[in-house]
Amino acid sequence: MADASTLTAAAPDGVAATPLVDIAGVTFRYGETDGTLALSGLDLKVRKGEFAAVVGPSGCGKSSLMKLVTGLMPVTSGTLAVAGAPVRGPLKIVGMAFQNPTLLPWRDVLSNTMLPLEIVRPHRGQLRRKRAEYEAQARALLATVGLRGFEKRNPWMLSGGMQQRASLCRALIHQPELLMLDEPFAALDAFTREELWGVLQNLWMERRFTCILVTHDLREAAYLADVVHVMSARPGRIVATHTIDLPRPRTVESTFDPHFIDIVHGIRAEIAQARSEVPDEPTDLKGAA
Amino acid sequence: MTRKQWRRLETAMPWIVIIGALVVWELAVDLFDVRQFILPAPSDIVVALIQYREPIMASALFTLVNTLAGFGIGVVVGLFIGIVIGSSRLAYAGLYPILVGINSVPKAAVVPILVLWMGIGQPPAIITAFLLCFFPIAVNVATGLATTEPEMEDVLRSLGASKLDILWKVGIPRSLPYFFASLKVAITLAFVGAVISETIASNDGIGYLMLQAASQFRTPLMFAGVTVIAAMGIATYLIFVLVEKRFTGWATRKQDAVALGTGGG
Repeated sequence: MADASTLTAAAPDGVAATPLVDIAGVTFRYGETDGTLALSGLDLKVRKGEFAAVVGPSGCGKSSLMKLVTGLMPVTSGTLAVAGAPVRGPLKIVGMAFQNPTLLPWRDVLSNTMLPLEIVRPHRGQLRRKRAEYEAQARALLATVGLRGFEKRNPWMLSGGMQQRASLCRALIHQPELLMLDEPFAALDAFTREELWGVLQNLWMERRFTCILVTHDLREAAYLADVVHVMSARPGRIVATHTIDLPRPRTVESTFDPHFIDIVHGIRAEIAQARSEVPDEPTDLKGAA
Repeated sequence: MTRKQWRRLETAMPWIVIIGALVVWELAVDLFDVRQFILPAPSDIVVALIQYREPIMASALFTLVNTLAGFGIGVVVGLFIGIVIGSSRLAYAGLYPILVGINSVPKAAVVPILVLWMGIGQPPAIITAFLLCFFPIAVNVATGLATTEPEMEDVLRSLGASKLDILWKVGIPRSLPYFFASLKVAITLAFVGAVISETIASNDGIGYLMLQAASQFRTPLMFAGVTVIAAMGIATYLIFVLVEKRFTGWATRKQDAVALGTGGG
């Protein structure tokens, strides 16, 4: 880990002005015209090197947003550009991690971590020649998240928190420009979750990738992110954006700071309001019963 | 009883049951004076096994070769069809009903057609064995592929993986436990297919031997044939159990844990 003074100095200045992810007026509907409208008129900009969090009530289309940004699904209307180019298919500069660690049970932790190197160009062509070098990189990365000594274990021998650490390493091993996290810590207990916030913050401060974290945990969003975007209930759009100006590295102690609590309270109030404004949801269930 | 004795008893259980059943059988035949051509005693079967060992061995070898040949074709074809219908919805929609249809036809009814095309003996036996055994392999492999976690696919697609990459890195390893499980079923079915065909249209093999023995009321010889078939079936089944354990231990870890758990308790 780098020493604290260099880490604090880097925070806001390292963030460049041009947006890496630029979403304007995006609407997304599942399936054909009669499908569920998941997102409607969503605007979102994430600058290069920025840590952005997206929070909102459950079912507001946070995960759909992830799939659109990574190009796994096409937008219904509106424009979506990443790194200046409109997204037309799966992006190749992305790392992803989900609530479920999705490690391959037949591979040990090390080779799970190295999976992206077998897929992403130019690494896949060089893997055979440079295996020792890549393996050293993977071991070093695993060591930074506290998995030294577990490289040859199979995923099911590890606890949920350790699996999630390995999953983060897999998302980062090919040094993606953009890291997409979809509620990565939601299935973990509170202590492990807070520990992994620290792990993720350290990784981000060292590597300065652009990160979009989708979560429903407001403390998590405020702890990790530079900017928190609040989404409305379905169909989702961004209703508020907060800049979190707390110094880094933040610690679990910072989450008890009055300023931190004020921020979380503010966001919470907005989400409560977003939840109550459910416009076109059918409400005749009571009458039918 | 101590834990060690308990474990020893557990491993001995299959043998205790088999030997017990044979003893009861022997005694019952003796006691009720059952005539040999109705039901021979186990001792008579052993005598027949030794007396006719040469024709039995030759027939068994013939059947084994047919079975393994049909099984081999079944594995290749089953694997191929399984991968195709498991990775493409269109192929699934088009092929699955036909496969179910083929699987529903009693294979004994197909043998005369095969004989018409290929003559009697080895070719129809191999094809019947194949027809019976490819279906479970195809269905299992397809299931394994179809149950790949969508999130895993997202992870790989967002790295720029092609469909082939995903199949190779995730789909196939994932469906291996299903594949090996299906092999255990398929090898047993292949024996059934080979023997059916030999019974209907062959001058060789265990099926033919049994038919001949039956026509001459040599019941001990028939039972000897059944015994040999059963032994070969069990042996090949066990081989595939070992193969399965060797290659897909990661998939059965939970069963191992449970087994250890009960052993400890």
